[in-house]
Amino acid sequence: MNWTLVLPELVLATAGLAALVAGVLPRRDTSFAINMGVFGAMLLAAVLVLAQPEGTAFAGQYVSDDFTRFMKLLVLAGAALGLLVAMDWNVKEGLSKFEFPLLLLFSSLGMMVMVSANDLIALYLGLELLSLSLYVIAAFNRDSERSAEAGLKYFILGSLASGLLLYGASLVYGFAGSTNFDRIADAVGATEGVPFGLVVGLVFVLAALAFKVSAVPFHMWTPDVYEGAPTPVTAFFASAPKVAAIALLTRVAAGPFGELVDQWQQVLILASLGSMILGALAAIGQRNIKRLMAYSSIGHVGYALMGLAVGSDLGIRGLLLYMAIYLFTNVGAFAVLVAMRRNGRALEGIDDLAGLGKSDPAMALAMTVFMLSMAGIPPLAGFFGKLYVFLAAVYGGYWVLAVVGVLTSAVSAYYYLRVIKVMYFDAGDAFDARPTSISVVLAGTGLFTVFFFAFPAPFLAAAQAAVAALVG
Amino acid sequence: MNAAGFPLLSLLTFLPLVGAGIILFVRGEEAVVASNARWTALWTSLITFGLSLILWFQFDKSTADFQFVEQMSWMPEFGLGYHMGVDGISVLFVLLSTALTPLCILSSWEAIQSRVREYMIAFLVLETMMVGMFSSLDVVMFYIFFEGVLIPMFLIIGVWGGARRVYAAYKLFLYTLLGSLLMLLAMLVLWYQAGTTSIPALFELTIAPSTQVWLFLAFFASFAVKVPMWPVHTWLPDAHVEAPTAGSVILAGVLLKMGAYGFLRFSLPLLPQATEWFAPLMFALSVIAVVYTSLVALAQEDMKKLIAYSSVAHMGIVTIGIFTLNHQGISGAIFQMLSHGVVSGALFLCVGVLYDRVHSREIARYGGVAKIMPGYALVFMLFTMGSVALPGTAGFPGEFLVIVGAWNANPWVAFGAALGMILGAAYMLYLYRRVVFSKITREDLKALLDLSPREYVTFAPLILLTLWMGIYPSSFLSFFEASVAALVSRHEAAMALPRLAGM
Repeated sequence: MNWTLVLPELVLATAGLAALVAGVLPRRDTSFAINMGVFGAMLLAAVLVLAQPEGTAFAGQYVSDDFTRFMKLLVLAGAALGLLVAMDWNVKEGLSKFEFPLLLLFSSLGMMVMVSANDLIALYLGLELLSLSLYVIAAFNRDSERSAEAGLKYFILGSLASGLLLYGASLVYGFAGSTNFDRIADAVGATEGVPFGLVVGLVFVLAALAFKVSAVPFHMWTPDVYEGAPTPVTAFFASAPKVAAIALLTRVAAGPFGELVDQWQQVLILASLGSMILGALAAIGQRNIKRLMAYSSIGHVGYALMGLAVGSDLGIRGLLLYMAIYLFTNVGAFAVLVAMRRNGRALEGIDDLAGLGKSDPAMALAMTVFMLSMAGIPPLAGFFGKLYVFLAAVYGGYWVLAVVGVLTSAVSAYYYLRVIKVMYFDAGDAFDARPTSISVVLAGTGLFTVFFFAFPAPFLAAAQAAVAALVG
Repeated sequence: MNAAGFPLLSLLTFLPLVGAGIILFVRGEEAVVASNARWTALWTSLITFGLSLILWFQFDKSTADFQFVEQMSWMPEFGLGYHMGVDGISVLFVLLSTALTPLCILSSWEAIQSRVREYMIAFLVLETMMVGMFSSLDVVMFYIFFEGVLIPMFLIIGVWGGARRVYAAYKLFLYTLLGSLLMLLAMLVLWYQAGTTSIPALFELTIAPSTQVWLFLAFFASFAVKVPMWPVHTWLPDAHVEAPTAGSVILAGVLLKMGAYGFLRFSLPLLPQATEWFAPLMFALSVIAVVYTSLVALAQEDMKKLIAYSSVAHMGIVTIGIFTLNHQGISGAIFQMLSHGVVSGALFLCVGVLYDRVHSREIARYGGVAKIMPGYALVFMLFTMGSVALPGTAGFPGEFLVIVGAWNANPWVAFGAALGMILGAAYMLYLYRRVVFSKITREDLKALLDLSPREYVTFAPLILLTLWMGIYPSSFLSFFEASVAALVSRHEAAMALPRLAGM
């Protein structure tokens, strides 16, 4: 029993329990202190992840390698930035309760377990811990009908997905006689031909995970939940959990079912094509910027899945880079949305951004950078993400994916440009002064997005190591 | 490491960006900021131009090799490198970019009054992208700069443009982006086949003719939009009409050249069989562009739109020259690109002079300007003559060489190009007569002031260049002599190879 391996998770869990006590016992409002404590715990966990040795623990249920390290750092960064973005908003909306950071903490813990899962049961545990926290947090603004609706919608559809996952997992267990990923891989490799039941199980598992990453055709919940949930919650939804779910999907596809590439590849190619096309077309007509970002995130998942669908090391590396870049760009863009507030009232229409180019040039510039990066315009970071997945598609000869990816990029540029157009070309009133925490997030993510091209080497090397650990 | 002894091309590329960074941090009252931004931008671009003159003096004209080469590893595991250098084809375009930018900044001195700081930053960033594109020797870097141009251009048209600026900015961006993304796929294929992104290394690659056809079409999608070739030229008149004067100058002067430069840099040397195969189609599209857009230009009521259509026609001559695939034609095309950069840029400045005073681009709004602004009328006439390719002005050598080259390739194409020259004379002289001669139609025109000293300073270098290029074209032609010869002989060698299967 090598329990020291799970030190980062232990730290998070202990911190969560301690914060729970600290939140309940005192009569004063301790939410700020708990925010800071959770933030500190996440940083500590990140440091521990960096120092985490490789190996497996709990009878092979838990694995730690370069891939988990890469993904966990991303997840923790996403969660910490999400918390930073949310703090000021929660105070202004009267939602500053100690449960908020706590739920973020537990969802991070769930994500880390998911990323490290090497067993279908561990996977399910992590996924449920994440999902339960997310259901609550989506409905965090209890007095808002839309928020409650978002939470309920997410809960019902999410439980359905969990059911699918369990059903698929049981079929896989029935075939392989084990829930451990390594055993499953052995069993799959040892048989001649492909048993039908196993394929059905695999498809169920993939469908459930596709729901979590909101890939077409399991994307329906995304726009409604994104629109209804409080903006910082949406910011969190679109970043860390998405990265973790993609990581999980990659692990499941490339690990235990690596031999069944021909089977899952078709599913993923269709999901990727559908997501890219829907993400590009459906966003055009949106007036609410959170809905726009929801469709945009569906599109981005499509590009990322392209990397997995081509089924090569190069593709997985592209996917990892794509998700890393997407995470930071997305958090930055959402930080701007969180700062959209006039006379104390939060706004979420695209037209409300009007005049930002004049009233707050720095924030408008940052938003321009994020939008152009998402559209994949060089030399911004988003271009490199797309470059590497397209490169993988071209190397593998997947022309349909590459060409559709290119065309949808051009279509989606239209609505990203619309945001820029509204900010610079239209006239409007100034927003309330943006809080310092937002400025910090904007500066950090903005600089990353602009200067990625100058220092890509460490990211490439980390992604390369992660792929090597995953594929072996 | 290179002839200059220091990384000259990188300096030229990124110096404007440093200037933009300085302007970004200027603080204070709006008027002070505006004035500081103007002066910083002007000095940055002047220093850049001064440094770029090293290229003019130290460039070795006797070789077709890349010079002033800089190489650094960037993403080695992908075979991707930071690789800069110029040859005879690109060196003059670097100079054209660095020369036009200060003139643009000077011409916007009073015309731009709102958000001066952002405007100047946009222009300096644009300069970085242009210089970087012409000196990139790496496919991915080329693409980055090629696309990066869109960002400042979108903002320049969208923020400081005319009434329908939003539509025009979108059209420019989306047209170009769609074409470019297809080019990106073609570049990825090249990358895959060669395992490297270095352009000189790609020259060694032999590509199966059936693949070449697809690659040619993908590159064509991007370059044809940028040139622009008929029928994907429609974004250009909109963009020109709505762009501020300096935006039009840089658009006509440099940005249109990127497409033609792309043909010369990628399509011709890398895809010889496909180029040969598609040449008749290119001729057809170009001749249609020349004749059709000239006729359209005749019917225009808006000065800028007229010059925009004339640009399409002139670029049609350029694409004819490129696809003649012989020495005269390609030299003529390059010369025509340079002269068009100078002359059409100057013509847009001429329109800008009137627009700044009267705030109208409508031809019918003017008349008899010669009597009120004699100095301006003279300057305008010189550039009109340059545009109609009068011998002794910059327009002539290029068009003449292209027609000679086209005659060798196909006399009918030469006929089309010559027809374009005649129509060019018709619409330009018609424009000039309506605006400058005839009676003074409106009383308020009488109050117009002739060119100010600042405007003379802006025009002086362009006048000089127009005459110099017309009277002594060799000093420019000699730059690309060797490179064009190498390009043509490489093409002939590739065509002499026994045909591979598949075509």
